[in-house]
Amino acid sequence: MINNQQVTKNVILRFSPDVVDRPIVYELVTEYHLIPNIIKASVNPEREGYIVLGLTGTEDNFERGVFYMQGLGMEVQLLADRVSWDDNICTQCGACTAVCPAGALSLRRPEMELHFDSEKCIVCHMCIEACPVSAVHLDF
Amino acid sequence: MTKSFEEINEKIRAGKAVVVTAEEVIGIAKDIGIKEAARKVDVVTTGTFGIMCSSGAFLNFWHTKPKMKMQHIYLDGVPAGGGMAAVDCYIGATAIPENDPANSHHPGHFRHGGGHVIEDLIAGRAVELRATAYGTDCYPRRSLEQTITLADLRQAYIFSPRNSYQNYNAGVNCSDKTVYTYMGILKPHMANVHYSSAGQLSPLLNDPYYRTLGIGSRIFLGGGEGFIAWEGTQHAPDDPRDQRGLPLGGAGTIAVIGDMKQMDARFVRGVSITGYGVSMMTGIGVPIPILDEEMLYYTTVTDADIMAPICDYGPDGYPTGEPCVLGHVSYAELKSGEIDFMGKKIRTAPLSSYAKAREIAAMLKSWISDGKFLLGQPSRTLRSAADYQPGGVFDDK
Repeated sequence: MINNQQVTKNVILRFSPDVVDRPIVYELVTEYHLIPNIIKASVNPEREGYIVLGLTGTEDNFERGVFYMQGLGMEVQLLADRVSWDDNICTQCGACTAVCPAGALSLRRPEMELHFDSEKCIVCHMCIEACPVSAVHLDF
Repeated sequence: MTKSFEEINEKIRAGKAVVVTAEEVIGIAKDIGIKEAARKVDVVTTGTFGIMCSSGAFLNFWHTKPKMKMQHIYLDGVPAGGGMAAVDCYIGATAIPENDPANSHHPGHFRHGGGHVIEDLIAGRAVELRATAYGTDCYPRRSLEQTITLADLRQAYIFSPRNSYQNYNAGVNCSDKTVYTYMGILKPHMANVHYSSAGQLSPLLNDPYYRTLGIGSRIFLGGGEGFIAWEGTQHAPDDPRDQRGLPLGGAGTIAVIGDMKQMDARFVRGVSITGYGVSMMTGIGVPIPILDEEMLYYTTVTDADIMAPICDYGPDGYPTGEPCVLGHVSYAELKSGEIDFMGKKIRTAPLSSYAKAREIAAMLKSWISDGKFLLGQPSRTLRSAADYQPGGVFDDK
């Protein structure tokens, strides 16, 4: 069954030196019709690195794109799986909410309870700096 | 219609007191009117949970064998103040270990300090005590290294000189660089505003002239029972007020005391404030007795009534010691998530937990309703503006 539902997902791509020269983002656009939004990227002196990328397209194309990158030996992880917010540690104060540029951390009104939408997170680290009780962890 | 503390306590003992939270009373008064509500309601419970400087705790360690007059005292590396006697100390919430890198690489992260030590003790976690002394004929021991828990301490009580500010600044940053303050991370050009009051649930905003609050008032402190010990340091009852008596600045504060051995670490939390240091979040709830209609009226205060001063925490504002207030905005606006201020839409965030404040007011309500928690009539109420003589200000000039 074809899944044409439009999705946006943030992923972390980790790559080794042998793929660093490949125009992966270009291929994601032309072959898989995915709209990329590069959030963050880093390549170390050994030519290994990572890209944090938002990809928008159909669910099918997203999955094919991921399959293609994995075929090249790249590690592809959903960003949402790498960021955790610990409800037991959080005091629900809200100090993270105005500095979070993506709106991933927000207060539900009128209860004023903290809500974390990991799909929106762009790993900017601002919440790590802002949280007084270290309730947000990045496994990244 | 008037009620005395004793009459209300009689009702509490009999399990017949009508207790509602400071949120609930707003709706009740709207429905049945102030007069009828004052007749019906006996106690209104308040709550607040946020970072409260200045805070700390007194600890007594029992005498060692041989005896020791501790001179330098460290708890998990955090210096505690001795200088009172042999085995007493005061651990301040903002104390940091001497080897903490602090802001040498700005902004520092301040992972551990006095507030964390107090939380660890209340949670029953072990803490490393290290002490040295010069030795005397009566106190010969010169050093001690020992693991302690709260159960090992002879006395351990929070005694915080200034908590639960009546109202407080909301912070913005007018400069063009991010500042890391005790009001959190404030982005340049007023990109965000942080506030810290529980607003309509906040204790001292529900009794703005301190008619029922003072030395001996029994309160919720850190998940257990505590008391108002004194007016807090920097208590400033003469701050300007609106027609309702609500202060437009910080105004009143309370000094609080309570036995750590009956507290709950969920309501006393060590905190790390990037670029600023460590401190402690404390949960406080104060029951307001409805002595008459006037008291009921005060407790119907809403977030829309209370105005927070917006203060610039950029380098040209608050740090200079010069006036830094740019204007006032209501807590209803602040709580909405965005304010319109000086022609700018600014994202808002609280630093104190309204969800926890609610939980505290509800817990205190159930304690009183169940007859387990009586009101303490103050031996002396907090000073109001009429009794208050403001002091001078230190000035380099």
